[in-house]
Amino acid sequence: MPPLLEVRNLRTEFRTGAGIVRAVDGISYSVDPGETVAVVGESGSGKSVGALSILRLIPSPPGRIVSGEVMFNGRDLMKLSDDDMREVRGGEIGMVFQEPMTSLNPVLSIGRQITEMLEQHRGSDHAAAQKRAVELLGLVGIADPQRRLKQYPHQLSGGMRQRVMIAIALACEPKLIIADEPTTALDVTIQAQILELMQSLTHRLGVALIVITHNLGIVARYARRVNVMYAGRIVESGSAPSIYHTPHHPYTMALLKSVPRLDRPRQARLDPIEGSPPDLTRLGAGCAFRPRCRFAVERCAIEAPPLEPIGDSGQLAACFRSREVSLEAEPEAVA
Amino acid sequence: MTALDEGERPLLEVRGLKMHFPITEGIVLSHKIGEVKAVDGVDLTIRRGETLGLVGESGCGKTTMGRCILRLEKPTEGAILYDGVDIAGLDRRSLVGLRRRIQVIFQDPYSSLNPRQKVGSILSEPMRVHGIEPDAKRREARVKELLSICGLNPNFADRYPHEMSGGQRQRVGIARALAVDPEFIVCDEAVSALDVSIQAQIINLLEDLREKFNLTYLFIAHDLSVVRHLCQRVAVMYLGHVVELAECDEVFDNPLHPYTKALLAAVPVPDPTVEADRTFQPLSGEVPSPINPPKGCVFHPRCPIAVEECRQLIPELRELRPGHWAACSQVA
Repeated sequence: MPPLLEVRNLRTEFRTGAGIVRAVDGISYSVDPGETVAVVGESGSGKSVGALSILRLIPSPPGRIVSGEVMFNGRDLMKLSDDDMREVRGGEIGMVFQEPMTSLNPVLSIGRQITEMLEQHRGSDHAAAQKRAVELLGLVGIADPQRRLKQYPHQLSGGMRQRVMIAIALACEPKLIIADEPTTALDVTIQAQILELMQSLTHRLGVALIVITHNLGIVARYARRVNVMYAGRIVESGSAPSIYHTPHHPYTMALLKSVPRLDRPRQARLDPIEGSPPDLTRLGAGCAFRPRCRFAVERCAIEAPPLEPIGDSGQLAACFRSREVSLEAEPEAVA
Repeated sequence: MTALDEGERPLLEVRGLKMHFPITEGIVLSHKIGEVKAVDGVDLTIRRGETLGLVGESGCGKTTMGRCILRLEKPTEGAILYDGVDIAGLDRRSLVGLRRRIQVIFQDPYSSLNPRQKVGSILSEPMRVHGIEPDAKRREARVKELLSICGLNPNFADRYPHEMSGGQRQRVGIARALAVDPEFIVCDEAVSALDVSIQAQIINLLEDLREKFNLTYLFIAHDLSVVRHLCQRVAVMYLGHVVELAECDEVFDNPLHPYTKALLAAVPVPDPTVEADRTFQPLSGEVPSPINPPKGCVFHPRCPIAVEECRQLIPELRELRPGHWAACSQVA
């Protein structure tokens, strides 16, 4: 089966006062139909910009999609006209953002925001759209949908608003949903409700899901495949178990070692990643992780390592010493 | 309330603390129409040198607890004994001495530092206010010392906050708290705004400082993994009440209260193999409003084991195992 979405060598940059920021610097990955893929990384790693670039939602200026192909359902989204692209967004690709308060329109009722989608994309008449909206709110677990339809976003709690966002994303029966930090603003117990809901709905309806998050726990619980991003690039990619149990990029490994875990007793000390993420306006030719890397060698300063397969398990890592990286072994000191 | 060795006086003892915020209507003839019961009868002790974690979801009253202890709020009712002295009713003037002993580290390193002040001046201001190091030269030396204690280059004294990263700013926030040589620090979501890789650095720094300066922390957080790592004891709050209190590992390994159990189950662990074996039922419903909290046990509308009695009677915090307290009538 061909992949549903295939991103090839996508580059997006922003013009800033301090210079050009290569926020997304040549990322490639694919998503199969019905599959859940996670994109994980810290602030500034390019994970959100990467997703917004797929949807062509980069504000320009200052942003610009420099190059790349995004094959979706046999078409290159980068080559579509603005009108066709508008049809794709919300139609074939649904979106769920972090802040349900800012991504819902505060002056339109919940019902209007759902029916608008159906009327725009599906050409439904008002009565049919209304009926479907009730159905959708029921689907996302909102009690008393008839009454809720007449309410405005500020009358709903954060968890409820996110359910409404999911209902809107699902309205036109998309094949893919892109969820950018969908539960970061929510409390743990509500986060669990929303994630379970998204998982059960995407499984049931056969919708593929790209989850963008910084939370390694969420990735472990929900994703089948994982892309780890650092400074605009995918540094490691593979199945969730392979990423967590046999990481082959020093950044992935360091990240896993630096998170405190709920299921482990009090440790004496965490093993943090020293230093800070790089200034994206001043990235040199080499590997962006080099200044913080315990495995760095001279070559890392000269050229950036390409994302290459490790064995034949489908795991990829962008590191010259990827084969030496393992959770058990500490790196040998390099003179 | 908490079991203490004979003769050991806790650094902080909170008794029956209530903080109710009035809701008013009308601008000219303003009158009270209700109240938000942010903290509704909390007993808590903090021993010298320990880190007590205070966890719960938004609106549970954990931040208000911290603000009452800092006396940024005047509690509605109850006593706050700090080193044996009740500070709950003290006036502004009497509080000055206390401020030197109790400090705070805030969540957001962006909004808690004055953008127009250089780091050096941010750090020397508390010393000036409290008359520590009256000599400007010595104050400057102390600023540099504080910066290097917190892992920053002493030259950062000449920088403005916007010239620094989030992690660096949080280190400045920590240095500012240390400037007056406090014995007790309230850390209100002190690492929540930071990226994972930076978070671990700050957690280690807080731990080092506690040992080095013999500090006591009240660590307010919603991230349970961080709390497990950093705290000796943990109190779990829900809707203004402490529902469970015990040694850290005890709370995480053998939770007794149904809310604590649900909270722990909701946190995904960064390990797909562990996650694949876990089954869980997310807690239904949402946290009720503290303006109109449920009668009886505040958790009963969401509780999987609630019985009729729970709708009527407010459960007491009881010591069910040595040192392990829970407020639930249905567990023994």
